[in-house]
Amino acid sequence: MYGFEAMTFNIHGGYLEAIVRGYRAGLLTAADYNNLCQCETLDDIKMHLSATEYGPYLQNEPSPLHTTTIVEKCTLKLVDEYKHMLCQATEPLSTFLEYITYGHMIDNVVLIVTGTLHERDVQELLEKCHPLGMFDSIATLAVAQNMRELYRLVLVDTPLAPYFSECITSEDLDDMNIEIMRNTLYKAYLEDFYKFCQKLGGATAEIMSDLLAFEADRRAVNITINSIGTELTRDDRRKLYSNFGLLYPYGHEELAVCEDIDQVRGVMEKYPPYQSIFSKLSYGESQMLDKAFYEEEVKRLCLAFEQQFHYGVFFAYMRLREQEIRNLMWISECVAQNQKSRVHDSVVFIF
Amino acid sequence: MDRFIDDLPPMDLMRSEKMMFVQLIIPVESAQRAVSYLGELGLLQFRDLNSDKSPFQRTFVNQVKRCGEMSRKLRFFKEQINKAGLQSSVHPVSGPDLDLEELEIQLAEHEHELIETNSNSEKLRQTYNELLEFKMVLQKAGGFLVSSNGHAVAEETELSENVYSMNDYADTASLLEQDIRAGPSNQSGLRFISGIICKSKVLRFERMLFRATRGNMLFNQAPADEEIMDPVTAEMVEKTIFVVFFSGEQARTKILKICEAFGANCYPVSEDLTKQRQIIREVLSRLSELEATLDAGIRHRNKALTSIGFHLTKWMNMVRREKAVYDTLNMLNFDVTKKCLVGEGWCPIFAKAQIQEVLQRATFDSNSQVGTIFHVMDSMESPPTYFRTNRFTNAFQEIVDAYGVARYQEANPAVYAVITFPFLFAVMFGDWGHGICLLLGALVLIAQERKLSNQMNLGIILSYFDARFFGSSLDIRQESEVILYLGARYQFVPQLIFLNSLFGYLSLLIIIKWCTGSQADLYHILLLLLATVAVPWMLFPKPFILRKLHTERFQGRTYGILGTSEMDLEVEPDSARQHHEDFNFSEIFVHQMIHSIEFVLGAVSNTASYLRLWALSLAHSELSTVFYEKVLLLAWGYDNLVIRLVGLAVFAFATAFILLMMETLSAFLHALRLHWVEFQNKFYHGDGYKFRPFSFALINDEED
Repeated sequence: MYGFEAMTFNIHGGYLEAIVRGYRAGLLTAADYNNLCQCETLDDIKMHLSATEYGPYLQNEPSPLHTTTIVEKCTLKLVDEYKHMLCQATEPLSTFLEYITYGHMIDNVVLIVTGTLHERDVQELLEKCHPLGMFDSIATLAVAQNMRELYRLVLVDTPLAPYFSECITSEDLDDMNIEIMRNTLYKAYLEDFYKFCQKLGGATAEIMSDLLAFEADRRAVNITINSIGTELTRDDRRKLYSNFGLLYPYGHEELAVCEDIDQVRGVMEKYPPYQSIFSKLSYGESQMLDKAFYEEEVKRLCLAFEQQFHYGVFFAYMRLREQEIRNLMWISECVAQNQKSRVHDSVVFIF
Repeated sequence: MDRFIDDLPPMDLMRSEKMMFVQLIIPVESAQRAVSYLGELGLLQFRDLNSDKSPFQRTFVNQVKRCGEMSRKLRFFKEQINKAGLQSSVHPVSGPDLDLEELEIQLAEHEHELIETNSNSEKLRQTYNELLEFKMVLQKAGGFLVSSNGHAVAEETELSENVYSMNDYADTASLLEQDIRAGPSNQSGLRFISGIICKSKVLRFERMLFRATRGNMLFNQAPADEEIMDPVTAEMVEKTIFVVFFSGEQARTKILKICEAFGANCYPVSEDLTKQRQIIREVLSRLSELEATLDAGIRHRNKALTSIGFHLTKWMNMVRREKAVYDTLNMLNFDVTKKCLVGEGWCPIFAKAQIQEVLQRATFDSNSQVGTIFHVMDSMESPPTYFRTNRFTNAFQEIVDAYGVARYQEANPAVYAVITFPFLFAVMFGDWGHGICLLLGALVLIAQERKLSNQMNLGIILSYFDARFFGSSLDIRQESEVILYLGARYQFVPQLIFLNSLFGYLSLLIIIKWCTGSQADLYHILLLLLATVAVPWMLFPKPFILRKLHTERFQGRTYGILGTSEMDLEVEPDSARQHHEDFNFSEIFVHQMIHSIEFVLGAVSNTASYLRLWALSLAHSELSTVFYEKVLLLAWGYDNLVIRLVGLAVFAFATAFILLMMETLSAFLHALRLHWVEFQNKFYHGDGYKFRPFSFALINDEED
């Protein structure tokens, strides 16, 4: 198919590509962030956002505002846009769009299961779930006692079912198990998504494999750092890495045996694209790593828009908006808690 | 000759209004009133002097926020009124005039009251729904239980222990919150849970129950007779009543959890028939009581909403105006003493007296000691374009503006479009009979103009008159005389010569032929020669003169000569200066060459483009003939009433939809094209910007 997408892409995908590029034009710019960072109160933030595309979503919110309201409403906008695109999409774009939400689905499953384990109220947990990762019987997750039941009762109906094949055990759920389950599911999800994109071929495969490989590598690094000093064995750790990406397979071997952050750094610096990320950090530091990764991701996502006739733009747009919402949440929190000096710590400018 | 020109009536539409740049220095105490008076007048466009500041850093940010909050409340009222199915009165009631503070307090009171009644009625509705559901569950589930009694005689005694005691029932609310005691605590017995769930979820619910109990359960369901109103969305929801039979304590907890997860409400049902009836009676009486309370609540709320509805339009207008005033005040700057606000903006020269009068009135009304200073300044920016149109000319001005807003004081093609647009439309439409049909349609639209308030109608209407009066006379080259190209001796004059010596001459020949009936041969060799000379004339001198001026300028010579040629280059003096600084001769020469080639080729191709006048009118007349002869006459030839009727129907359809609607559209589009492309590209820059005065009337229009 490669090389001929330009001829046929617009028959089904042209309209939505235009729509998504239009949505992208509505992302907040550096100037917006500069203004937002100067806000004194949440009302100021609302006032500034009312001049952006978030306006209609916030205008009917009574003062005083809360950070959660702002985030909720901004997410609602993303969800509305997503639903609009999903309604208009034909195969295989609709499947592609659905793939984008599976990550949230995994997070929601983990959130509810962990919450029930700590005996939180289900309704309260449901409110915390990401609306993109909702599925019909999500509330029933609370019924399940172990992995097997989780799968048999609820997840068998969801698209996550195939990813579960590797983590069906009869063990009772505990925090460690759940975390392993999250990562196993995520690994299976990323590999499946990767395969799906390869099947689509063309520019979509090219761009998405780059973006997903980055995602996989980032997860590998995070898993490594988070599992240092825990009871997770090297083999178990090794099993959680996705079987593609720049680090696969030799990097994974090395990461699996790392025992502190500087060793991770040593491994990663062998890979030129990640050198720049780690060169920004001082030795022994992992605090700013997230931000550095986010910045790199945003850069790559923006590049996806440089090419036409591929589905990567949809993925990139959703991710960029999510980053924007994270930024807004951080700014709002800083403003609400009077920590304006820290406002730049975690904000990633998109344009 | 000069006196003749002076005696002509002024052509207001030809050139945009003369504008001036003014500065206002308003004392703080009268600023709000002054700006709101100016808004009523609507003839001054303020310039944003704080464009570097974000909205919340401006002076009157609190007032803007308050207005935003008030309009949010008003939107809430409006939504509530619509939800309740009431009409907010369109004609504002003349109530006592409120100031903003009073209105703010009133709105807050109303909102508070409304939210309170809403939450009360929501609570009532909740209780009412629960009782209603309980009633339905009792009625339906009772049926299941009775029928299952036959099979499960053995269980009957056990189950009947679970009869609901009337003591518990005394308080319905506590009854409903109470844990559902399904069946006795006997571990082996068959127990049941009954409840109600949304119809859409039943299937998934049953499947989940089946899975969770590994099939050890019996699910009975029956649709509810009535729909139940969802208290949050106020929509009617269809529900289904279910009874699940199961055994074991573990299954019970699981099922209850699933019920909770699916939002199914469970209600206990007594096994004993007499008790059941008693409970039903009790529930029914409570239901009717609640119904009365609910109705009273709704009546009370509707009354409150109606009284709000009387003032709603007026309040909305008021808040909108106030917000606009503060937004405008935010564009002003404080002067050094902090006692005055300084504003800058554009206004037409004719409005000077009116504005001064308004400012004086504002000073007087607000008892200010100091008057507002109003004076004219020089500006580097080019002024906005402002045409004073009426309802008739506005339609044509809009057509031109859709292509591009005229540069300040540029010749306005709308003047010609007023005549030529309907004329060209008529030439292409060119049919008496259909023209009359269109005229009738247009008259209907005119009669309803106030209702539709669509001013574009007028433009179309005019064309029918022309369809009748002008017939299909052709004059192709009328626009060449219109070209008014200022300040370009080396472009306008040769272009004029070129166009007239070829096409003007052609037109002349046509007219002579009409008048005399014979082929005239005038001095065409000379004209051809002139045209040939005109081409290099428009190509070469201009870039070379520009280069000369540029070199002179760098030797520190005059700025004076530059003034004339600057006009063609760029409007804004700023950018013109920049243009000179990086002067690139080859670029300018290529630019000029492109322009010249475009003009010469365009002259030929644009002339050919006018052939569409002929083509469209021909197509129209041919199409009419075809429909008339091949459909109507053919059908009439038969002596069969059915065929005649079918033929008539097809003919009527074709006339209405193809000959009237479609052809109107195509003639309109082609007329549009002939104006935008063939006519306006000869002279029209269209790179100005519109005059947008601060005006309440415009703000109201936008909101509506």
